[in-house]
Amino acid sequence: MTALKNSLGLRAALLSLLIFAAIVGLWQIAAQPPAASGPAVDPEYAKRVGAAAATGSKSAMPTPADIGVTIWKHLTDPFYVRGTNDKGIGIQLAYSLGRVLLGFGLAALAAVPLGFLIGMSPLVYRALDPFIQILKPVSPLAWMPLALYTIKDSAISSIFVIFICSVWPMLINTAFGVASVRREWLNVARTLEVGPFRTAFKVILPAAAPTIMTGMRISIGIAWLVIVAAEMLVGGTGIGYFVWNEWNNLSIANIVTAILLIGVVGLLLDQGLAWLTKLVTYPE
Amino acid sequence: MERPLISVEGLARRFGDSNQPAVFENIWFGIDRGEFVCLIGHSGCGKTTILNVLAGLDQPSDGAVIVDNREIDGPSLDRAVIFQGHALLPWLTVMGNIAFAVSSRWPKWDRAKVAEHAGKFIELVGLKGAENKRPVQLSGGMKQRVGIARALSIQPKMLLMDEPFSALDALTRGMLQDEVLRICADTRQTVFMITHDVDEAILLADKIVLMTNGPGAKIAEIVVNTMPRNERHRNDLHRHPQYYAIRNHLVEFLVNRSRAFDQEITDGSYDPRRLKLVKPGLAAVNPPAEVVPLRHSH
Repeated sequence: MTALKNSLGLRAALLSLLIFAAIVGLWQIAAQPPAASGPAVDPEYAKRVGAAAATGSKSAMPTPADIGVTIWKHLTDPFYVRGTNDKGIGIQLAYSLGRVLLGFGLAALAAVPLGFLIGMSPLVYRALDPFIQILKPVSPLAWMPLALYTIKDSAISSIFVIFICSVWPMLINTAFGVASVRREWLNVARTLEVGPFRTAFKVILPAAAPTIMTGMRISIGIAWLVIVAAEMLVGGTGIGYFVWNEWNNLSIANIVTAILLIGVVGLLLDQGLAWLTKLVTYPE
Repeated sequence: MERPLISVEGLARRFGDSNQPAVFENIWFGIDRGEFVCLIGHSGCGKTTILNVLAGLDQPSDGAVIVDNREIDGPSLDRAVIFQGHALLPWLTVMGNIAFAVSSRWPKWDRAKVAEHAGKFIELVGLKGAENKRPVQLSGGMKQRVGIARALSIQPKMLLMDEPFSALDALTRGMLQDEVLRICADTRQTVFMITHDVDEAILLADKIVLMTNGPGAKIAEIVVNTMPRNERHRNDLHRHPQYYAIRNHLVEFLVNRSRAFDQEITDGSYDPRRLKLVKPGLAAVNPPAEVVPLRHSH
């Protein structure tokens, strides 16, 4: 009993379970059908949500148990293909992940070298600052029409949107990390007559790496937020499109499943970057 | 006349525009090969700036530094710097930090040769066994040892030290001073060191350069440490017959003369290019003039 009291982790886990149980319980009660029979129903609506739900004998809102069954169904068969609009949730997630990683990777390839340049040169920093300040707060989705018009390909456009939203945090963090490398470390390199490239890779890069990785972690988080919205707009494939499609099917259970999986994948991406950040972080 | 290994000629440094008073000006002194020279003065007189100019990290407003008959125009592997804050790269191990310097000196060496060379200097400063530790795992004294090993490992023509022991506790400082004394004796290293610790200067230096207060700081005189190197030991330094005479001379300078030196030289005898070499230690051993007034007074 005392051990249980003393372990904060265990108590927190217990509280988490309690909160989970409370949410599920409240949800179960709320999703119960109302006692009285409902008013007359539009036949079109009844056709879509099913007769039971439409007449009010069953809510369109699934119960936690329904969700559980749906999640199980998706997890046991994630990669099926039954036509262009009916693909397994694993395939949809893979499409979204692919776009995010591609857009993010391209953004890193552009942002890290450019950030280096900005961080090393006060002139370039001042020259590019107004552009960065104006473009950074723009919602990445605002670029979508421009991308569709110029690129004329919806798949590449969504990758471009991911690129544009993940480029700013990496650019700013790289520039900041490079600019704030300790003077004495640079002096060490200077007194050892280390050339500019060796200084960049052996001193500045490792010194700025934790800051750069923090920027990457912010970027991948934003990219994963944005991909859902971008895929809702461009359609075709991806988890965002899946959510929109299931909304049109009024399948709340599928939507809830997708929400949970989006959360889990986002968590994994964040933790992966956190782990990489830890690898390059040096204690002082 | 042959130039010393390092010749500081007419150095001046102003910050801001040229109308500003100089931090220091008209600085002339030389350091011979194998000599250990300390620069003493109060904070703000530009000691560190002089060292940075010698290192090539800073440019003088006037004058030049000649090393081996060539004016220096930037940092060089010939002049290794031991920084006040040790300046180790925290993401590298002890071995990594020293290997970085060694491979900068000899870029064509392979990994094994670099490691072997670096290992010798790790052993020299007594850090054998700590090769794979990172700076954060080391005490302040051990970090400064790595800094010393890094500077020595590139086998420079001279060492520049900027108050290398000032951040250490007294015990560690003493141990490191002994070690620097031993290493410099073994390697016949030429050293220029900044300090504000009078005892440290007497223990280590062959010559002690005295700098007045800024702005417009100048070098007042050069004290020759007439105590031979092999008679200087930290534990019984204070028993040496010359010790108190030298020490009192230095303290007197720091307390009074560094502030009022301009009044001292109103007679025009001061020439910054031909500084007085004073030997207060010998005055203590050989009775001063006052004791035998009839023969020596003038």
